[in-house]
Amino acid sequence: MIQLEGVVKRYLTKKALDGISLQIEPGHIVGLIGSNGSGKSTTLKLIAGLLQPTHGTVLVDGEVSNRRICRKVAYLSELDAYYSFFTVAQTVDFYARTFSDFNREKAEEMLDFMKLDRNQKVKHLSKGNRGRLKIVVTLAREVPFILMDEPLSGLDPMVRSSIIKGLISFIDLEKQTVILTTHELQEIEPLLDTVVLIKNGVILEQKSVEDIRCNENLSLVDWMVEKYEQ
Amino acid sequence: MAQSFNTSVPIYLQLCERIKNKIIRGEIGMGERLPSVRDTAIDSSVNPNTVQRTYRELEESGIVEKKRGQGTFVTEDPAILQKMREELKISHINLFVSEMREMGYSDKEMLAGLKDYLVTKEEKE
Repeated sequence: MIQLEGVVKRYLTKKALDGISLQIEPGHIVGLIGSNGSGKSTTLKLIAGLLQPTHGTVLVDGEVSNRRICRKVAYLSELDAYYSFFTVAQTVDFYARTFSDFNREKAEEMLDFMKLDRNQKVKHLSKGNRGRLKIVVTLAREVPFILMDEPLSGLDPMVRSSIIKGLISFIDLEKQTVILTTHELQEIEPLLDTVVLIKNGVILEQKSVEDIRCNENLSLVDWMVEKYEQ
Repeated sequence: MAQSFNTSVPIYLQLCERIKNKIIRGEIGMGERLPSVRDTAIDSSVNPNTVQRTYRELEESGIVEKKRGQGTFVTEDPAILQKMREELKISHINLFVSEMREMGYSDKEMLAGLKDYLVTKEEKE
């Protein structure tokens, strides 16, 4: 379980998060949604232990999150974070050496699923294939928590759909929890259990997506717009 | 089954309807096994937890049975399937009638219209 308690994060004088409290139950796919600059990425980085809160606590399975929490958390950055001179196969090798929980077989299976050429250099990959490769190396880790910052942004519909299908095929919700940020709500909404809506560093609401459809007869996009305008 | 969903209706209910329709059309026969939760999830790009809920819902209404370690199977009880067929018919008629009434058609017009439609269609075929 992930617990955030009264978390404030300031970048110099700018407040990115203004006292958020949040609980994420295991076995769910959770979407962190909100406008640009609302604090989504900051929240993910705090959980991944890449940032420290100014105030408050971030707990992952009861443990205070810091750099070493990467044993339990796989984090997919919105930036391209790998060596461009590596080939696809070398990138997978590199991850396999870095993380002891890396499942080689799963990675190979996913490379086939994503139709990635193992001998191609990362710098020669298209943006879509770089996006796919990032997904492969993140999902091949057998960790309880998977965090993804904008896994779909800037990718074409075919890539987006292969990433979504890859997510469903290779994630084990009995053992894993996924938290992702996205603006591609229409595509991702059938995938989500719960959403956390953030605005200006404050959590507006945390809700089950099926409840939104059931009780308010709204799609996720309409719901978000409605809440944002209130 | 890669059709998209109506995003303002719970997806687990929409999946339920789709599976029921498949059973009624005979695409999935009596006593036949449903695809696994994961396969259905991948096939329709939805959360596996949602598919689980759909299967649970179908199980509660007796349309499918879960056999431990083997999967989920369509019931072999024709009475249940007959009842499901009947329910589906009524719900579609309900929708048709209420929409026609909303537009101001009388029951007589509806009946006559329906008969006419079926007859001309038959002649064409």
